[in-house]
Amino acid sequence: MALIRSFAAILILMFTVDAMAGGIEVREFDDPVMEKRYRDLTASMRCPLCENQAIDDSDAPISADMRDRVYLLLQDGQSDIEIIDHMVRRFGDYILYNPRLENRTYLLWGLPIALVLLGTLVVVMMVRARRNASAKALSAEERARLDALINRERSS
Amino acid sequence: MTRRLLLLLLPVGFIGLALIFYQGLSLDPSKRDSALMAREFPAFEATTLRDENQRVDQSLFKGEMTLVNVWGEWCPACKQEMPQLLGLADQGIRMVGVNYRDTREKGMQFLSEFGDPFETNIFDPDGELGFDLGVYGAPETFLVDADGVIRYHHKGYVSPEDVRDRILPEVEKWR
Repeated sequence: MALIRSFAAILILMFTVDAMAGGIEVREFDDPVMEKRYRDLTASMRCPLCENQAIDDSDAPISADMRDRVYLLLQDGQSDIEIIDHMVRRFGDYILYNPRLENRTYLLWGLPIALVLLGTLVVVMMVRARRNASAKALSAEERARLDALINRERSS
Repeated sequence: MTRRLLLLLLPVGFIGLALIFYQGLSLDPSKRDSALMAREFPAFEATTLRDENQRVDQSLFKGEMTLVNVWGEWCPACKQEMPQLLGLADQGIRMVGVNYRDTREKGMQFLSEFGDPFETNIFDPDGELGFDLGVYGAPETFLVDADGVIRYHHKGYVSPEDVRDRILPEVEKWR
């Protein structure tokens, strides 16, 4: 009983918090594709004021302005790339959670790939070196010593 | 031998990356350049705060270097930086205001109360010009050269030190 009651309390709390977080308008779309694009675009842009909130999740006035603009440009028939360019021209690369691939971001995007390749190379070389060492045939002397050791274990 | 070298590469790479990331920790993400730096002042069409029949556009910024201050009556830091802006205007620097997301009455009241360093004020009640300027909170100050190109951007409150150490040197540079 106590469990059910506390569970209910948690549920109520969750809904209240959700209601309090409001302030973000609900937009109706006739076209589900358009709605998906709107959601993806607003989730991929950082609020310039609040540092680490996407504009779809932020109460800041500027985020509301940016959502309005994304909506307008979508209605206007612009492509995702055009809309992203429109925003970056005004607010800078900062607002993109995923920086675009361009001259000054080659290192950013390339380094992880380069590191994975380098890591693979290191592992391959280590495995090879180890395999070579173990695959070396025993000399006659070593074989005799090995036999002696095995026989000693057996006889004792 | 190559194996040794490769193994040495790991700690060296690790230390290098660690240094880069450590330096990143002390960077302030709010201190970033405006995306409009070295670009023309965006095209706009608006009325002025004082006169709803007077139309202004980007040609306002051709011919003379101008400091553009984005302000609103609702913004406390705008009030605090007014003495500094009045001081800049006294030094003969052309000042133009952008009255951002405000009403005419409140804007006019603000100017009569805290002083008016501005040659004119662009009335931007819906924040449209502000949006094109990449403004995300007043006050913001832009230096526009005589060709109408944005040369410097100051985000937030302008302190007397900011005037001395940043704004005046930039003014000298672009005058």
